[in-house]
Amino acid sequence: MSQSLNLPGWVFWLLGLMLLGMVLLALVAVRRTNGIKRSYFSAPYTLWMVLFTVVPVLLIAYYSLTDANGAFTLDNFKNFWDSNYSVNQLYAQMGPEYAVLIQRGTVNIGILAYSLWMALLCTVICLALGYPAAYFMADREIKIGSTLVVLFIIPMWMNFLLRTVAWMTLLEDQGLINGLLKALGLHGAQLMYNDGAVLLGMVYNFLPFMVFPIYTSLTKMDSRLLEAAQDLGADHLRTFWRVTAPLSVPGVISGISMVFMPSVTTFFIPRILGGGNTMMFGDLIENRFLTEGNWNVGSALSLIMMILILISLSVLRKADPEGEGGGIV
Amino acid sequence: MKRLFKRSYLTLVLLFLYIPIVVLIFQSFNAGKSRAKWEGFSLRWYSALFEDQAIMKALYVTLTIAVIAAVAATILGTLAAIGIHAMQKRPQSIMMTMTNLPMTMPDIVTGISLMILFTFSKIERGYVTMLLAHITFNTPYVILSVLPKLKQMNKHTYEAALDLGASPSYALLHVILPEISPGVITGCLLAFTLSLDDFVISYFTTSPMVQNLSTLIYSKARIGIEPTLNALSALMFLALLALLLTVNHRAGKTAKA
Repeated sequence: MSQSLNLPGWVFWLLGLMLLGMVLLALVAVRRTNGIKRSYFSAPYTLWMVLFTVVPVLLIAYYSLTDANGAFTLDNFKNFWDSNYSVNQLYAQMGPEYAVLIQRGTVNIGILAYSLWMALLCTVICLALGYPAAYFMADREIKIGSTLVVLFIIPMWMNFLLRTVAWMTLLEDQGLINGLLKALGLHGAQLMYNDGAVLLGMVYNFLPFMVFPIYTSLTKMDSRLLEAAQDLGADHLRTFWRVTAPLSVPGVISGISMVFMPSVTTFFIPRILGGGNTMMFGDLIENRFLTEGNWNVGSALSLIMMILILISLSVLRKADPEGEGGGIV
Repeated sequence: MKRLFKRSYLTLVLLFLYIPIVVLIFQSFNAGKSRAKWEGFSLRWYSALFEDQAIMKALYVTLTIAVIAAVAATILGTLAAIGIHAMQKRPQSIMMTMTNLPMTMPDIVTGISLMILFTFSKIERGYVTMLLAHITFNTPYVILSVLPKLKQMNKHTYEAALDLGASPSYALLHVILPEISPGVITGCLLAFTLSLDDFVISYFTTSPMVQNLSTLIYSKARIGIEPTLNALSALMFLALLALLLTVNHRAGKTAKA
């Protein structure tokens, strides 16, 4: 198999050595804990993360601040703000009679705004669908809450690309839903290649990430609080708004960040279900890197994306200072 | 009445999640190649599956990478978690920031940053680069599932073991490790499934010559997915389901015993 993978042999040796080194280090560490401080156990990890996370991020920053020749420039960020930036510079050089042609290009900003809008819609829909689901699952009357959690996890084992492609079968012009509509004597509808289809695909893929953290925060809640509220004369609705809802905030926050973040950057779903009619920020970045081969502009876009995500996460974290929401684990 | 409403709501949500999977499994038994038309029951895609070189190769790549990456990430991550747990507050918070950074970074940025790293250091992209990338994104998840177990542990047990004459290495292996093993196993399984399902990071860190199942599916998605891929994922799905049921069954048995 290794020949067909078309790799130089030394790479395998290097890899084998690295793995061997890690195992040896683990053994030595365990054998000689007397000699080694336990905090040194994280040394291989630190080295690994510096090499494969910190350095790559610094490289992105480097590329975003340089031009094709490696000289320092801010043009890549200006290019984000004005997608016609380089053409406009040309017009400006050609003389005042061309100045009328200078016009700010809004492609990048437009795509960013569109992605944020779609991600927001997806998050709101996931919350609207997912909160009741989590709430009913956590309900003691239902009793099979933990089984239901497994039922929510199982679909995620199927490759998400295939699951998304399967929606094509349902939505396309000759697809199942249109077939069903026609069989009922109704007109078929164009369901694919529009915003609605993309949104559906996003909600479909990210809904479980909203349900799990909310479910976890609801099951952690002390049920005696509900009884106390009822004893003190609150009705169901009031108990929900004054007791349950505030206590589930950490789960909601965690769910929002777990849905919103991948939604902004998704690039497979819009490509398949949107059929290229829609472009999201993830597509844009991929396009700059792989289609145009413009690493500098691509890096600037990635950096902007990263900063946006970090800002929104820190805003969300403000709302949940103790970080109780937790993840899926 | 209220209970009926709750149940039907949950059923509807689950139905929404399962419809594409049911469609997919149906397609894998369809005699025809068409996506929407049912042309009779057939197992031809299942037999075609094992003769398809591209799919078999992608399956091999996916599985080996998932296993190696999960094992490497588990070793790296468990050691790291023990180390981080023993640290002073300052270095501990630095390590946690470094652990959280890749988890908050969008996949596409992680993938691209690694692609830049590999191209920059003139390493040809392929199997090894994909493996390195998978170990990188898996390790933080292992750490985050092991750390809570370390925190829950009563630290006096370790000291007691030392007082009773155990060497630190003996105490580590026989006192700490058994205590944190549920976290280690969770982390390992999580790493395995994440690696199995990853598309974005693999896409940027491999070459078209070396594809895992996700990138193979992606390259075929626009031309049209062959039912053989549906057959494969139906099989993998069933295998995972069987695994889950056996694990559950076993757990039930040991709980009773």
